[in-house]
Amino acid sequence: MASIESTFLGIKSPNPFWLASAPPTDKKYNVLRAFEAGWGGVVWKTLGSQVKNVSSRYSAVDFGGQRVMGFNNIELISDRPLDINLKEIAECVRLFPDRAMIVSLMADNDKKSWHELIKKVEDTGAHGLELNFGCPHGMTERGMGAAVGQDPEIACMVVEWVMEAATLPVITKLTPNVHSVVPTGRSVVKAGTNGLSLINTIQSVTGIDLDTLVPNPYVAGKSVFGGYCGPAVKPIALKMLTTIAQDELTKKVPISGIGGISTWKDAVEFMLLGASNVQVCTAAMKHGFRIIEDLCEGLNNWMDEKGFATLNDFIGKSVPTITHWEDLDINYHHIAKINQDKCIHCGLCYIACEDTSHQSINLMYGKPYNTYTIKEEECVGCNLCQLVCPVDDCITMEEHRVAPEPINWKQWQERGLPLNDH
Amino acid sequence: MIKHNRLSSEQYAENFSDIHPPYENSTAAKVDANRCLFCYDAPCMKSCPTSIDVPKFIKQIATENIKGSAKTIFSSNIMGAGCSKVCPVEKLCEGACVYNLLEEEPIPIAKLQRYSTEMAMKENWQLFQRKNSTGKKVAIVGAGPAGLSCAHVLSREGIDVTIYEKESKGGGLMTYGIAAYKVTPQFCEDEVNYITSIGGIEIKYNQELGNDISLAELKRNYDAVYLGIGVGVARQLEIPGEKLEGVVDAIEFIYDIRSKGYASVPVGDKVAVIGMGMTAIDAATQAKRLGAKEVTMLYRRTEAEMPCTKHELDIAMLDGCEVIWLAAPQKIKGSAGKVKQLVCSKMKLGEPDASGRRSPVDTGETFTLDVDMIIKAAGQTPYEKLIKKLNIQHSKFKITIENCATNIRGVFAGGDAVNGGKEVVDAVQAGKDGAAAILKFLKLC
Repeated sequence: MASIESTFLGIKSPNPFWLASAPPTDKKYNVLRAFEAGWGGVVWKTLGSQVKNVSSRYSAVDFGGQRVMGFNNIELISDRPLDINLKEIAECVRLFPDRAMIVSLMADNDKKSWHELIKKVEDTGAHGLELNFGCPHGMTERGMGAAVGQDPEIACMVVEWVMEAATLPVITKLTPNVHSVVPTGRSVVKAGTNGLSLINTIQSVTGIDLDTLVPNPYVAGKSVFGGYCGPAVKPIALKMLTTIAQDELTKKVPISGIGGISTWKDAVEFMLLGASNVQVCTAAMKHGFRIIEDLCEGLNNWMDEKGFATLNDFIGKSVPTITHWEDLDINYHHIAKINQDKCIHCGLCYIACEDTSHQSINLMYGKPYNTYTIKEEECVGCNLCQLVCPVDDCITMEEHRVAPEPINWKQWQERGLPLNDH
Repeated sequence: MIKHNRLSSEQYAENFSDIHPPYENSTAAKVDANRCLFCYDAPCMKSCPTSIDVPKFIKQIATENIKGSAKTIFSSNIMGAGCSKVCPVEKLCEGACVYNLLEEEPIPIAKLQRYSTEMAMKENWQLFQRKNSTGKKVAIVGAGPAGLSCAHVLSREGIDVTIYEKESKGGGLMTYGIAAYKVTPQFCEDEVNYITSIGGIEIKYNQELGNDISLAELKRNYDAVYLGIGVGVARQLEIPGEKLEGVVDAIEFIYDIRSKGYASVPVGDKVAVIGMGMTAIDAATQAKRLGAKEVTMLYRRTEAEMPCTKHELDIAMLDGCEVIWLAAPQKIKGSAGKVKQLVCSKMKLGEPDASGRRSPVDTGETFTLDVDMIIKAAGQTPYEKLIKKLNIQHSKFKITIENCATNIRGVFAGGDAVNGGKEVVDAVQAGKDGAAAILKFLKLC
């Protein structure tokens, strides 16, 4: 059986699943429940500047009858007294010495505040620090959170302050509310951060109450941009992760992957794209800490099936497969094939292709069941039909290369080959 | 012994409660609505005689556009509320649902349809705007599904419609011929009122064609006439003993349950029901629910040929009704004028007949059942006397039509009176077709 033990910057945990800095890691009561459930570690909810929260705080996007496809919050960093947090952190470390305890930090914007905070936190026995440069609401107005992460120079300065004082490993958490996470990533790596984590939440408006006409979450007739997370943001997080995993400088430090991870499959994908471990929040907030069981079991079974003995055997394995568009092989071609034995005649492939794609599916009328077949000469291999088909493995994409030798866009241009030929 | 008032009012209420309860709340409806795949050129829609755009109305439930959903249904089928309760959906829309091909439960289309349409009725949403009056007048005979459907389409187009109905309530077989646990009398009345609330439709009750009114009179006073007169009594068995006390007609039996109240309808201890159509099922199950000790259904063919659906048969079986296949009634024995025994021929299946079903052949063997009540439900027969009186072209007393027009100029017909007796939903479509033909005749489209 594979081992899912994880080591991140020397910090050990029995599995690579940490709870991200958020409400689930706000106090001892929750954290102990999480550890009892089996979570590998936690990033304690951000400590630092004194704040005051509002009510309400969360909102969500539902989709197709499923609740919380995306989740949004306007909550601030921990609003509990610092000394209580520190005392509880120490107790949690003592009670569960085999779990990772990272503490998220966001001090006021001066060197002294950071140094004092780091000293107090290191005294708890915690194993690492995570710098919150990502919070997109409430703190930014005071020059903290995303306001730091969005400016590579400020981020660099703060990390330098931190590294002067910190003896524990330091992870810098990046904000996605930028055109690219790489500049800030490079900047903080240069400043000495030991690791990176990403992404924090994305600024959003999740929806509007169509009776009151006020967006949510509702606070006395007003709302505010919140931080978006949950399954909806996963593809964006994976893209940002990849850019950090591919950059020559940032790829030198370990990355903790965050952003919509709900299942073991999501976690594997983050790790394949370069995350050494992952952090989870929304899924736990929706279902409770018990989801850790399947996260571990699913990961373990997949590793056994694929013959990976340790996490390091597959971390980063997919990073080289994401390339530039101009390097893709233009001679690669595949064509949809509909398995008539599996087809349930719903017509979804047909109408998608007919209305919005390449008119490559033939409809033969039947009552009540039509027969759908692919016009192979028209099919561009876009995948749309396969994506909308509700039956597993009913539509498959079969390889029909245009020519055996690969050719990319650059070579195509060099040879002056014809364009717009479809 | 045949007697009424066998049960307490609580027992009647329980036995005749709604067999297909509605959704408890909107969340429950949305869960099912969201399961719908939203098929293109959907098999469910193609399997609906009125071609309701099922994927569209279900999607509209999912998007919480219930008003739009109800309008989608009613645009195709103005009796969409009633049909959601009485349609044999397992052989129509739900039977064609693509989930069946995945060996999964089909979408509960009828239940979803009921959700939208009942809300429309409850909230009295006026979803159709009647066009300004054209000054044209059409008479419709029969306020059943065909007549009401025809009337609604015509009224929408600005025609003033008068319906002549021989009963004291509208709805036709919906009101008088379908098991009470499927539709309540109150629902039927509400449905008629909702349909006619568009305006421009007047129903004159207790007006029987051939008695109170004549076709000549209607032709004279209206620009066109539509006959939606339905079919009449149960087919005669044509066997000895048929006149004995205790032999009843299924349609009359159901009519009494629907019109007189459960406690007033007498039922035997041991009841035989002849036939295996929907009406036979409705009669058998209701006999049981009225308190009959034993109910035996007799059918001269086998389960493979039965006209009712498996789902319907299951209802009867679950109610404790017995079924004897390959049994044809031969004679009824009685004493003191009352039914005592039913003698049946044992049949076997022979060659296929005109309908393609294997026809039953007498084996010469017989068996005898002790019974005190026999309900005849072996199909219905048209109103022979009336058809003769109307002097209209017919085939075995089913009115003959061509594009909904009879041989009499300006007189149209549809529904059971033409097809001999099909589902409510077929009659609704016939009414729409009739209205389209009338509009064309009146040069209004």
